[in-house]
Amino acid sequence: MLDMQDISRVYRTDLVETHALRGLNLSVDAGEFVAVTGPSGSGKTTFLNIAGLLESATDGRYLLDGVDVNTLNDNQRSRIRNEKIGFIFQSFNLIPDLNIFDNVDVPLRYRGFGGKERRQRIEKALEQVGLAARMKHLPSQLSGGQQQRAAIARALAGNPGFLLADEPTGNLDSLMARQVMDLLEEINANGTTIVMVTHDPELARRAHRNVQLLDGQLASPDLFARPAAADDVDLQPVA
Amino acid sequence: MFFYNLRLARMSLMKQPGLTALMVAAIGIGVGACMTIVTYVYALSSDPIPDKSEELFAVRLDSWNPDEPYWDNKPEEAPEQLTHRDAMALLESTIPTRHAAMRKAVYTVVPDSEDVAPFLNIARMTGRDFFEMFQVPFLYGGSWDESADANAESVVVLGRETNEKLFGDTNSVGETVLLGTERFTVVGVIDAWQPAVLFYDMNNGETNPVEDIFVPFTISDRREIAGAGNTNCWKDEQIDTYWDLLQSECVIVQFWAELETPQQKAEYQAWLDNYTEGQKALGRFERPTNNRLSTVTEWMKVNDVASNEVLVVMWVGFLFLAACLVNTIGLILARFIAKAPVIGLRRALGASKGAIFRQHLLEVALVGVVGGALGLVLSRLGVMGVRRMLSDADRLTGMNLDLLFMTFGIAVLSAILAGLYPTWRVCQMAPAGYLKTQ
Ligand SMILES: Nc1ncnc2c1ncn2[C@@H]1O[C@H](COP(=O)(O)OP(=O)(O)O)[C@@H](O)[C@H]1O
Ligand SMILES: [Mg+2]
Repeated sequence: MLDMQDISRVYRTDLVETHALRGLNLSVDAGEFVAVTGPSGSGKTTFLNIAGLLESATDGRYLLDGVDVNTLNDNQRSRIRNEKIGFIFQSFNLIPDLNIFDNVDVPLRYRGFGGKERRQRIEKALEQVGLAARMKHLPSQLSGGQQQRAAIARALAGNPGFLLADEPTGNLDSLMARQVMDLLEEINANGTTIVMVTHDPELARRAHRNVQLLDGQLASPDLFARPAAADDVDLQPVA
Repeated sequence: MFFYNLRLARMSLMKQPGLTALMVAAIGIGVGACMTIVTYVYALSSDPIPDKSEELFAVRLDSWNPDEPYWDNKPEEAPEQLTHRDAMALLESTIPTRHAAMRKAVYTVVPDSEDVAPFLNIARMTGRDFFEMFQVPFLYGGSWDESADANAESVVVLGRETNEKLFGDTNSVGETVLLGTERFTVVGVIDAWQPAVLFYDMNNGETNPVEDIFVPFTISDRREIAGAGNTNCWKDEQIDTYWDLLQSECVIVQFWAELETPQQKAEYQAWLDNYTEGQKALGRFERPTNNRLSTVTEWMKVNDVASNEVLVVMWVGFLFLAACLVNTIGLILARFIAKAPVIGLRRALGASKGAIFRQHLLEVALVGVVGGALGLVLSRLGVMGVRRMLSDADRLTGMNLDLLFMTFGIAVLSAILAGLYPTWRVCQMAPAGYLKTQ
């Protein structure tokens, strides 16, 4: 599904060059749930942005579903973001002026669906995250956990094959974090590939595979890799 | 998507009403000022009688001084008026479909009712053809008949306003009115009529209102009348009395002829040339033969109605609009940059640059529409102000549909123009730019 070979990303300003990623090699198979951990500044977000076609690598090759993304123009990249990728951000990034229904509607509008189909998808997605009753609420009228679930509904409504989450529980307390994690697991169980950045080791452990970034590289490739196990449940909770 | 974008635009504009009001004001004021001037220039340069302007001719004979042309800046032109004798002679021609000599005069109107004080009124002495030739609408009655012209009968056509003053809002045909010391019989009352440019007598003020009293021109040939128009003389003549003036080389009469076909025009031209040839034999018309027939639009050009000064003012108006636009660009830019986070988010969720571009262009177009409405109101006020400043004439009756659409068109176009750069800027922002700063 995702295949990165020797990916580098350099940020250049007048004074400094920051190497956010230095020759990263990583593959994710369809259906996987991968957790990316690493200290702050290690390049996790940069990796996720490149994976989600929000920015481009300075160097290296990135195949998404077998397509070399370097060959895509801006419109094609927008379209792939819209159709194949769902994003979940740490700070939810809901549009404050739009109610929950309209927020979930945003990617569907750019997809060009008709009104009826949009409504069905929005309602289904909000039901899935348990917010069907809150469709007409503004983001500010919801709790943090509810907002993040609304953001997940937005990511799900277009049926993406690939969900990218950047510290989705970073702004939530542990109970809400667990609910969101449950939801992500459920989504993954339904066949969606998930790559999640987190620095909460508890949550990371619930993924199929852990990848640690250090200074823009894999710390020790697939060090924590292990098969998805049903006994995950035993490992938590830890205060 | 259009209605979705429209909704987003509306929400966005309502969210910062102060900033929105500023943008609308900048566009509205710029367009308002600009359109005030355009309306004025438009009124001055548009055809005041489009149905017939190519068949109506200002008739001029070059009876002027053999030593110098009448116009300094247009030596090829003939004087704009005729002498009284030539006008009387031209009335003899049977070639034009219609024709009329005319002069401006002033009358004291003495109402029969004690309640209304006598008042001075500008009058036009002209022929019966005047009304049909210039498509003057009648409220009551009509023009006088041929015998009234031939015999200089005391008949009068009143304007609506004077009729109202004297007779209330009633049909006064058959009533009489005392003009100076002479009693006139009312034969008609004209309805409101005000060509944008008083094309038939621009020499006496193209911005003047239509006269409110019309009497036969031939009266000026038989009785002493207080003229109110320009009198231009070149010859060293003894002019002591009214009758001396009528016999002099002074030009005082405007003359119009309706010629429907080129043949008719050629025939009439030949007739005029033949007439002045005859006069040359009497020692008059010493300049080279230069008898001119100019259509209404040609005649307006000769008279510089929409002069270069006016056109310069129009450019100043557009410059002012441009200055307002530069301000608007700044306002829009500030606003769009503030929206960068949400734009980045939309991009991340799959909006193409094109979609973002259309969304924001619609937003500025909406500002343009509202600014256009404001501009329309302001330009109406502006036109009223200009009217008051230039004369009390009601000639700039305001905007027609063309100008209305033009106002909106310019406003929307201006807004889009002002929004183009800011919109382009926000489209260039990387979708991740903002999302990463979290
Ligand atoms: N747009 C940018 N411009 C300059 N430097 C950046 C930019 N984005 C990230 N960086 C730098 O790249 C490194 C990796 O950042 P990031 O991927 O956000 O790390 P993480 O998400 O692991 O904290 C950091 O040193 C950060 O300062
Ligand atoms: Mg990060």
